[in-house]
Amino acid sequence: MTTSEYDSLRPPESAGRGRRSGRHRRRTGPGGADGSREMPMVPEVEFTSYYGRPVVKPAPWGPEIAGYLFLGGVAGGSGLLAAGAQLTGQETLRRNCRLAAITAVGLGAVALVHDLGRPERFLNMLRTFKLTSPMSVGSWILSAFSAGAGVAAAAEVDRMTGERLPLGPLRRVLRAVEGPAGLEAAAFAPLLAVYTAVLLGDTSTPTWNAAHEELPFVFASSASLAASGLAMVTTPVAETAPARRLAVLGVIGDLLATRIMHRRMDPVAAEPLHEGRAGQMLRLSEALAVAGGIGTLLGGRRRGVAVASGLALVAASALTRFGIFEAGIHSAKDPRYTIEPQKRRLAARRAAGATDDSITTAG
Amino acid sequence: MTQLAGPTDPAADARWPDVKPRKGFFTDTSICIGCKACQVACKEWNHNPRVGDLELLGSSYDNTGSLGASTWRHVAFIEQGRERIEQARESGRALVDLGMPGVGAPKTADPVPDTAPPDTPEFRWLMSSDVCKHCTHAGCLDVCPTGALFRTEFGTVVVQADVCNGCGTCVAGCPFGVIERRRDGTAAPKGKRGERKGEQPDVPNLGVAQKCTLCYDRLVDDQTPACAKTCPTTSIKYGDHVDLVALARERVAELHDQGRTEARLYGANELDGVGGTGSVFLLLDEPEVYGLPPDPRVPTADLPQMYKLAGLAAGGMIAAAVLSFLGRRP
Repeated sequence: MTTSEYDSLRPPESAGRGRRSGRHRRRTGPGGADGSREMPMVPEVEFTSYYGRPVVKPAPWGPEIAGYLFLGGVAGGSGLLAAGAQLTGQETLRRNCRLAAITAVGLGAVALVHDLGRPERFLNMLRTFKLTSPMSVGSWILSAFSAGAGVAAAAEVDRMTGERLPLGPLRRVLRAVEGPAGLEAAAFAPLLAVYTAVLLGDTSTPTWNAAHEELPFVFASSASLAASGLAMVTTPVAETAPARRLAVLGVIGDLLATRIMHRRMDPVAAEPLHEGRAGQMLRLSEALAVAGGIGTLLGGRRRGVAVASGLALVAASALTRFGIFEAGIHSAKDPRYTIEPQKRRLAARRAAGATDDSITTAG
Repeated sequence: MTQLAGPTDPAADARWPDVKPRKGFFTDTSICIGCKACQVACKEWNHNPRVGDLELLGSSYDNTGSLGASTWRHVAFIEQGRERIEQARESGRALVDLGMPGVGAPKTADPVPDTAPPDTPEFRWLMSSDVCKHCTHAGCLDVCPTGALFRTEFGTVVVQADVCNGCGTCVAGCPFGVIERRRDGTAAPKGKRGERKGEQPDVPNLGVAQKCTLCYDRLVDDQTPACAKTCPTTSIKYGDHVDLVALARERVAELHDQGRTEARLYGANELDGVGGTGSVFLLLDEPEVYGLPPDPRVPTADLPQMYKLAGLAAGGMIAAAVLSFLGRRP
């Protein structure tokens, strides 16, 4: 930047000078040109940042965590379905859901531990119980669920292998506790499916935080349809009527919650959900959920259609989780998503007369 | 459970039996000369390893970039022309006109050393030493699942490196992008020219969240933190939080009297989204110009509501399952 007297003769600098070249201004997004979104009814905010550097830091989480969001949902939904099957005496559905629950939660736990900076210290997660930390609450939910799901699954494995597990006198104990264990797991199952929404919402990552009110409903629906879809794949149609119904309810919930979430979020903070790879994944997820839901509704009693629909639903749920995960990480890396919504909400509060709650003060 | 939002004494809220006066920094950026002695002193005292490979970032004299796991003080450099200076003065005047919490510090008019920043209307350099804010309601501390992060008796926030398992939740929790998980940088492919210049000692506390401790080890011995001790212009001031906030208000009033309406305080308001910060700053432009968030809010303030909504969603999931199993058999 020079201050020469010939500056006025210089042609105007082009707007696209690259992101690293100092303070730059950008317009707020033009809104959905395709008509899929409302035009944001907010004033344009002039956007300044420090050399385009991010303000907040993205969580140092790899794809393992996105995978866990999905697997935790599958485990939670399966735990719930297994308990339902247990209470209504549908043995194949019960067995398959119990096995699905323990497999999913086991893989999920491995993914979680693997993503830690110091995996050998994973037990420190249970060092304390801290209500203000969704990660701590979640670790206890995960442990409680796994305990019940593990016992229930062990009983199934024992039956499948013709009582060949070397259990001795413990077999009678296992038989006695498998029912209560399945119900205990079911009590924690919905919590396992939704706590991850709180985990993401309770961060300073712009897109996740802006979605904190609706994310639990998206995740609960996504978990329901994923677990039901998996049950439709693994279990003959004679026993999957409840799974099909839950799948359809899950799809309806998923579509509704996602739409409400997009409408209520700050338009700038919601942008990463529509753009780039995350946007692609979420659009594909919605299409698969609709296809799977319709397939379930119309042809769910035919084995082939049920399997195809089930796979579509499982994939839809995985794409939802990976899409939301990726959108959040992306939103933390661009200062715009932090600064613009914050400036707007500050201006809105000031316009409403609240002038005493700003971090910046004149004295 | 401790208080999640609003004004409070953090050490007392953390139930310390012997609460010490809250300590903090007041960073007066109007007298910062950008010498980076604070960055060096901090690295030296805390044995923080080198980050990256001494590249030039092309952002004025700032080749550090941002605060991080091994950078607990970071000096920002901003070059501005006439237009930006006028805008800054204007936005500062708007703040004054807003009648912000007019905590009227009595204006002292004793003609002591001239600390007026040079009046150069065509061009100016903003230099500001950023640091962990040691928030009254710290997002990182709230979400830490292991208890590795804790509130000290001085009201500051410190990581216990031997407890942290590197889950990374705190990194996303911080509204200021301060705390970070430490990597050693050896994961990057080697062999490129100029990679890893010079011998470096082993990186301590790998894979663990790290940030400014406000030199907790010095505080317990009644010593001034390394950065404040070394600052040659007293831009970084250390002391009791109450005194520092009063001092900051005096200084901003002084600058306003000189017609420098661009001066403003950052973090001195206990009614803000994080309950006020332990590190208070005097800035000469909008916070985002320095890479600071304009309206930070500790995410945990909304946690009770989030738990309620999550409970509702979980209840809905159970209801859907019950409905599915009660429906008539096909």
